[in-house]
Amino acid sequence: MNENTKVRDIIHNNISNKKNTIEKIMPMFFLVMASISVVTTIGILLTLVIDASKFFAAVPIKEIFSTDLAPLNADPSFGILPLINGTLFTTIIAILVAAPIGLSAAIYLSQFASDKVRRLLKPIIEVLAGIPTIVYGFFAYSFVTPILMKLIPSLGAKNVLSPGIVMGIMIIPMITSLSEDAMNSVPEIMKEGAYGLGSTKLEVALKVVIPGAISGILSSIVLSISRAIGETMIVTIASGSSKNFTFDITQSMQTMTGYIVEFTSGDAASGTTGYYSLYAVGLLLFIFTLGMNMLAQYISHRYREEY
Amino acid sequence: MSYESQFIKENKSESKFEFISNYKIEIDKKRTDRRIKLSNTSRYIFSLSLIFAVSVLLILLYRIGVDSIGWLNVDFLTGRLSIFPEKAGIYSVIIGSVYLTLIVIPVTLILGVSTAVYLEEYAPSGIINRVINTNISNLASVPSVIFGLLGLTVFSRMLNLGSSILAGGLTLSLLVLPIIVVSSQEAIRAVPGFLKEASLAMGATKWTTIRKVILPVAIPGILTGSILSISRAIGETAPLVVLGIPTLILTTPSTIFDDFTALPIQIYYWTLDTVLTAEYANLAAATIVVLLVVLFVMNSAAIIIRNKFQKKF
Repeated sequence: MNENTKVRDIIHNNISNKKNTIEKIMPMFFLVMASISVVTTIGILLTLVIDASKFFAAVPIKEIFSTDLAPLNADPSFGILPLINGTLFTTIIAILVAAPIGLSAAIYLSQFASDKVRRLLKPIIEVLAGIPTIVYGFFAYSFVTPILMKLIPSLGAKNVLSPGIVMGIMIIPMITSLSEDAMNSVPEIMKEGAYGLGSTKLEVALKVVIPGAISGILSSIVLSISRAIGETMIVTIASGSSKNFTFDITQSMQTMTGYIVEFTSGDAASGTTGYYSLYAVGLLLFIFTLGMNMLAQYISHRYREEY
Repeated sequence: MSYESQFIKENKSESKFEFISNYKIEIDKKRTDRRIKLSNTSRYIFSLSLIFAVSVLLILLYRIGVDSIGWLNVDFLTGRLSIFPEKAGIYSVIIGSVYLTLIVIPVTLILGVSTAVYLEEYAPSGIINRVINTNISNLASVPSVIFGLLGLTVFSRMLNLGSSILAGGLTLSLLVLPIIVVSSQEAIRAVPGFLKEASLAMGATKWTTIRKVILPVAIPGILTGSILSISRAIGETAPLVVLGIPTLILTTPSTIFDDFTALPIQIYYWTLDTVLTAEYANLAAATIVVLLVVLFVMNSAAIIIRNKFQKKF
């Protein structure tokens, strides 16, 4: 190395040799990898839309909005209303269970619990969220349903009530943790102001914290509705596959997700209308959950309190 | 100060004091008591919700534990599947789940970490970043059964992989991709800027900085996220069922192109078939115990890694 070599030249030489190509290749590589998630979304949309359109071409629109669903009959009929009905009922029951319990758990954790209690309870709630849904399905079918049968003798072995309740238990952690985050982001100064004026803890919770966190609370509920609509294994196992159009929650109903699982694990021959009906139901499911998520985002932006 | 004015001042202050105390006694006493009482009672009502959640968890674990007693033993773990409950074992089921994990780990790690690196280091703002980020948050909320339909069309039918381990593993990888991307993004974002700037100031190139500074510091966070996403993949049932995994497979898979069955699927089929054979409920419970133990170990590992190896700056 002669005396005139400068540090700048060394660096320049290092960069301009082999590293230069790698420097150019790596961003491209990362971009390709990152675009796979976008490709996945496009793939989902394309599969659903292409195969669903074959279904819509084969089945008249009047039949789709009927209450007759018998895909495996010799003369099959594809009314979607029984599936929407089943999804609606399981979701409503789940939210009726999850919203009050999840919200009061969030209020307790953010307002009343001491640090010690919170550190103990939060991980336990998280454990509930980590249990696979198939385990909840087993629990609903082999434990909750028999107990409910003792209380309601007319309850069927497969019914909507039991998976609805268990699904509610499953989404409690979601509502609790999202709402608690929203409640904790209400500025301390507002709560202290209310305490300073002589408010009790309950009054601060109901009149300061909840109004301040309402956007987060509402969007957590909407997100959990979306989760309940898309939930599959609990309803497939415990609510059965009856395709009747009924409003009786003690009886079996099939949800949209349950239909997809039942039909694919059966013998859905590729190319039949029944096979394409899977994708039509899937498309509807996709639209419902996407709509709910966009609604949740809209709520959390629209009603956000700026502090 | 004259005597008179002193008297007036005392008198005034006294009357003022009286006024306040009278006001308190007459108007506030009852109402305040009631408000405090209400607040204290509500505390217990709110805590009931948590007691409910915790007791459901305990009942669930207890119930599954009781059901699996006598069925969960070494023979069950090492035996082959059988239609006879007394002979059934889940060796091939465990192997199926292990194979699935072996596909999910590399695929999600490469895809997820690369996406996160791109978003955080190469395109921290702008349209590409916004598109990919929005896309990932939407993808995270797509029901898992729809990923099953995607896998059925693309991997099973178009690529002709059938219901093989590879098809299942790829489907699950796409399903858990958002989890690992988001947690890797957080881990990379948490790397202090001065480390990166110091490295660049020393003449290191961007890729060298990422490889030798950012990733090593972010690795505990990335690992935590990837363990969590893999544990999600292990417990996921619906997409695999949609792929059309056969109900009873007696052979143990040996390559990734073989048909297979995994822990959650076996639980599903046994639960469905309890109508035919009541003992299948015990087999399902025993398999659930195995699944929950695996998930518990993985999640504990994730928490330990997060607490122990995460560097504080």
